[in-house]
Amino acid sequence: MAELTYREAVAHGIAQEMRRDPSLVMLGEDVGPAGGVFTPTEGLIEEFGPVRIRDTPISEQALVGAAMGAAMTGIPVIAEIMFSDFVAVCWDMIANEIAKTRYMTNGQVSLPLVIRTANGGSARFGAQHSQSVENWAMMVPGLKVVAPSTPADVVGLLAGAVRDPDPVLFFEHKGLMGSKGEVPDGEVVDELGTARVVREGTDLTIAALALMVPRALLAAERLEGDGISAEVIDVRSLVPLDARALLDSVSKTGRFFTVEENPRLCGWGAELVSIVDEEAFWSLDGPSVRITTPHIPLPAAASLEDLALPSADRIYETVSKSVDLGSRR
Amino acid sequence: MRTDPRYDYALSEPRLPPPVDESLAEAPIDTEVRLRMWRKLQEIRQFSKRAYDLFLQNLVRGTTHLSLGMEAVATGFGAAIRPDDYTFATYRGHGHSLARGMDPGRAMAELLGRENGILGGKGGSMHLTDVSVGMMGSYAIVGAHLCVANGAAWSAQLRGTDQVAVVFFGDGTTNIGAFHEALNFAVVWNLPVVFVCENNQYKEYTPIDAVTAVPRPAADRALSYGLEPSLLDGNDPDAVYLEAREALGKARAGGGPTLIEAVTYRSGGHSRADPGKYRPDQEVEAWLARDPMVLYRARLLSIGVPQDRLDEIEQEVARAIDEATEFAKGGPEPGEDSLLTDLWADGGSSWRS
Repeated sequence: MAELTYREAVAHGIAQEMRRDPSLVMLGEDVGPAGGVFTPTEGLIEEFGPVRIRDTPISEQALVGAAMGAAMTGIPVIAEIMFSDFVAVCWDMIANEIAKTRYMTNGQVSLPLVIRTANGGSARFGAQHSQSVENWAMMVPGLKVVAPSTPADVVGLLAGAVRDPDPVLFFEHKGLMGSKGEVPDGEVVDELGTARVVREGTDLTIAALALMVPRALLAAERLEGDGISAEVIDVRSLVPLDARALLDSVSKTGRFFTVEENPRLCGWGAELVSIVDEEAFWSLDGPSVRITTPHIPLPAAASLEDLALPSADRIYETVSKSVDLGSRR
Repeated sequence: MRTDPRYDYALSEPRLPPPVDESLAEAPIDTEVRLRMWRKLQEIRQFSKRAYDLFLQNLVRGTTHLSLGMEAVATGFGAAIRPDDYTFATYRGHGHSLARGMDPGRAMAELLGRENGILGGKGGSMHLTDVSVGMMGSYAIVGAHLCVANGAAWSAQLRGTDQVAVVFFGDGTTNIGAFHEALNFAVVWNLPVVFVCENNQYKEYTPIDAVTAVPRPAADRALSYGLEPSLLDGNDPDAVYLEAREALGKARAGGGPTLIEAVTYRSGGHSRADPGKYRPDQEVEAWLARDPMVLYRARLLSIGVPQDRLDEIEQEVARAIDEATEFAKGGPEPGEDSLLTDLWADGGSSWRS
């Protein structure tokens, strides 16, 4: 076991896969000698050299297109988009080309590629450098969508994504870069499409993703002080989605909450709630509740951003109120 | 690479064609290669006309973009390219697919939306792909595939092969961002890629010169990326073949990318919905008189190929297109068993447990 930061885990995971597969390459803006704007790729060029770790111009279409062309001709690729907001400038490449090509060609083309990107708020970067855009990807058939919350998951899920023969969007959270955690020694490989129960409980289920996982855990601790036992599930992977883990938990607890960093409309939580409603309705003791960012662009000022993003306090209060109302019925 | 001064003109209405370069009859091209090109011109032309007929019979649904009048570009490159090279085309990609050797029956069946289509009916007219012959796809959104072609070229570079990626696109593409990103990227990475602009003089329904800052939409941009402008007669298979051979050789030898502008003319409208009425009659007539079929028949006769040989090839192709049509019409419509397959590499489309 070694304690790594989330940021270090990214480089650790990439290095693990590059040592395993000598054909794996990575490209992106400032990923080489600079080590990336959040330094998640620091040290990689020293070990793997400038042919395998390649800096690109500020040309997201060109770099994601190059990743696609290389992947379809037998070279597995990791492409970095510096901020996830920037996927919008190459969304044609991702949503129209990469996502659809296997299906449209009746399975002729494989695209073993991973697009890594720094996602999410809490860094006071304002509306164009702070978005949680995993929902955008989730809506497009043909993309797998992963968002780890711990250093060990960064390594394991990144390895799982690289080894997956389909295109994966891998969302690294900016607000977790400095967080620390134990990463097992040796090769770490995790399975996409598996959620994890990070805290067991009996009264209610909270599903959360990335930065919202530690916040949900803090809220659960406070709820325990009030005698409420909350189960917290780290969803980890939106596509494929471990719906079974959610349904099993709700069948046990009877209440369902989602904590989403995205703005309200069409967030992934809505899909989860719909699944729970259709398939575990008779297990529910009360309405499912979504805790999200309001439907606004994220403001830059610290005080405003803190008000917008779901906090441990807001999660605690929302859950308490809902459970309290339920018990008074 | 060179610019043919006879094409160094600003297109303006009516956009009349320059004279044919008769000296190309003397070009060092084997007669066998020329006959292969004649056969391919015929195949693409007859396939396109048949696709149009089938559309009128309501057997081809949706839309279809024909390259009538533009066959020489795909043909010239098809003759010069190596079997393991990569081709990337646009939604107007039937000719490029056939030029790489896609089976015309399976291509036609795809247009008809049949199970025996090259994509099982899932892709349609705008997405013809056959990886087994190096046809890496037809891309229906302008610009993207230039970037994808760069990736295939990069991959060849990484794998240490001397394969080349060739990417065809229209004049309209030169005004979208991906064109400029792709060119800069290819030059900076010295990629073995050949960019081929088929300047058919209309971006969909509008003359290209009315919406472009420079008179020659691709050639005039070349210098911005440190490339030599290359402008040629896109209706002359020999001119295209010679330039293709040079550009492919340069890329194979590590000389990096080439940007070619092949001036041609779309005899029909943009898509099946467009009669192309916005073009002056005088212009259409002048280009029809200089159509690749007319031009190349005269060329082949002038170098001594017997008329009978040309007619024989034309008839052989006609029989093959009839067979392709029957093959396509005979295919069943795809059903439920293929609807949910091949989204993922495991063959399925499941997204949850």
